[in-house]
Amino acid sequence: MLKVKNLHASIEDKEILKGINLEINPGEVHAIMGPNGSGKSTLSSVIAGKEEFEQTQGEILFENTEISEMDPEERAHKGIFLSFQYPVEIPGVSVTNFMRTAINAHRKANGLEDMPANEMLKKIREKSESLEIDRKFLSRSLNDGFSGGEKKRNEIFQMAMLEPKLAILDETDSGLDIDALKIVADGVNKLRSKDNAVLLITHYQRLLNYIVPDVVHVMIDGKIVKSGGKELALELEERGYEWVKAEKAI
Amino acid sequence: MELKEKLVSSFLAFEEEYTGTNDDLHKIRNQAIKDFETIGFPSRKEEDYKYTSLKSILKEDYSLFPKKENALEYKDIKKYFIHEIDTYDLVFIDGIYSSHLSSTTHDKIDVCLMSSALNKDLYKPVIDNYFNKLAPKNGLNSLNTAFTKEGAFIHIHKNTLADKPIQIINFSTGNESSLLVQPRNLIVVDENSHCQIIERHQSLTDQPVLTNSVTEIFADKRAIVDYYKVQNDKLSASLIDNTYIEQKSESFCSVHTFSLGGKLTRNNLNFYQRGERIDSTMKGITIIEGKQHVDHNTLVHHIEPNCESHQDYKGIFDEKSVGVFNGKVVVEKEAQKTNAYQSNNNVLLNDKATINSKPQLEIFADDVKCSHGCTIGQLDEEALFYLQSRGIPRKEASGLLMYAFANNVLASVKIPEIKKRINKLIALKLGVELGFNL
Repeated sequence: MLKVKNLHASIEDKEILKGINLEINPGEVHAIMGPNGSGKSTLSSVIAGKEEFEQTQGEILFENTEISEMDPEERAHKGIFLSFQYPVEIPGVSVTNFMRTAINAHRKANGLEDMPANEMLKKIREKSESLEIDRKFLSRSLNDGFSGGEKKRNEIFQMAMLEPKLAILDETDSGLDIDALKIVADGVNKLRSKDNAVLLITHYQRLLNYIVPDVVHVMIDGKIVKSGGKELALELEERGYEWVKAEKAI
Repeated sequence: MELKEKLVSSFLAFEEEYTGTNDDLHKIRNQAIKDFETIGFPSRKEEDYKYTSLKSILKEDYSLFPKKENALEYKDIKKYFIHEIDTYDLVFIDGIYSSHLSSTTHDKIDVCLMSSALNKDLYKPVIDNYFNKLAPKNGLNSLNTAFTKEGAFIHIHKNTLADKPIQIINFSTGNESSLLVQPRNLIVVDENSHCQIIERHQSLTDQPVLTNSVTEIFADKRAIVDYYKVQNDKLSASLIDNTYIEQKSESFCSVHTFSLGGKLTRNNLNFYQRGERIDSTMKGITIIEGKQHVDHNTLVHHIEPNCESHQDYKGIFDEKSVGVFNGKVVVEKEAQKTNAYQSNNNVLLNDKATINSKPQLEIFADDVKCSHGCTIGQLDEEALFYLQSRGIPRKEASGLLMYAFANNVLASVKIPEIKKRINKLIALKLGVELGFNL
């Protein structure tokens, strides 16, 4: 589904990604772990199409189409979703209005008519209930005054509404207490199918207890230096990153 | 002939034509034309007009007195009314009252014409007390006073709630090649009374029109006045709006100004607080493009203790448009415990767009809370990326962000139909689709 080949990216001439190779197949869950500043969030932003970063080398193939030159919205229409580490507050736009605009933008891009209002309402109700989101929450301004946990839950709600093929979750677990974490993980697991894939960016192994990955990657200094099964996460949790650095002579 | 000379030399004919009985008015007008002759139009040499030149709108050869009365069909102009609700309407066409489009009253409140108020004995005490008492002597006010003839006269008697909002709409038809109109409005709201007013100036063709309007508003003790100015005119229409509001103790006045179109719009909005525990609120949304120019010049004069003022102006400027915000807050020595808040936030969408924002605080009291903030920026790239990553195309995403930026000013609008209408106008302007509110 996603093939990243020798990806280099920089911001203001500072190279952050230094040759990333990553392949994610439908049905798989991948986790990327790594110390602060290793480029994990940059990777997710570059895949989602953030213009601030300049992709200097390499390819990003999504379902065998090169997407490097595409705008973020085009990538979203193809089925890529990024759950933000720091969701942006937008006072004046309600969660519901925002969701409606986003869904209809997707439908328009795929040659479909706007979703009828009753269908939209039904879907919103269904998805918000499964994530235990209060109805009142939906008429509030997007992320405005939300707690950290509410923001993350709202990201997962958006994901559930948009039903992406590839969901990239950038530190979605940070700022969540254990109950919220379970609800969020449950939401992600519900999305999992043989056709969808998930890329988790995280610092902690904790999330991986609830969303069990097929592959765990270690990212250090802009490169994926080691990949393994879910047991690698446990090892990292226990021993930190130093031994990986030593092993790879970084 | 220059406009000023033309105006001065037309004055005699105007005075001769006047057949009213109010001798005082003659004196006031004669004094006013003398003042105008001495002072003239404001120029950019004056600090208050540093960023707004009236030159381009004063060079037209305006016709001062329309030759014939022009009729309009309601169905053709219905859209300019807030027609979804029942209102009193004062409609003027090229400066002349249109009785068939208006709906006036004398039942507990007076919603009628300045021309009759000026000439009927019944209204003389009110006119003597309030007419031309608030607007200070300056070129534009004096010019308006000299040619005072028509406008809205609204008097809400003591302990009365105006049962419906009042709309004042000035149409210009373009039947004259170019036209200068000078409405003169007087609004007196007695103790414990309340009214809501909507004012609009609307040109119906592309002929140049200049409106130099003066409105004096008196809010007595515990009066509540909510005033809405809808400025969404043609590119050939310019407006100089001079509004003066005097408030007595515990009164509450708010003015919302929606500046969405016009060639040049200058709002001189002045509040004088003569009493305690007064609340003055002024809010504005400006969204312009092309070469449009909107200037908000506000003054709040805190004269006595324990009063509040709130100012919140938002502006979005595209292409080569120019915005000016000059907000002056004066807190006199006696005005302790004043709470004055001022905020002016702007978004520039184009390198060639300009905003001149100038807060001016003159504080002579020592126990006060005065805050002001001004921002000028572009749209937040991170927010744009956030929306785009949800599949919303960049253009729509910017529209949505601008809409969100502007529309919180509408929270204090008390007439839902106005809120809806302005929301719609803003959305239309910014290319945002609405219609799904939960």
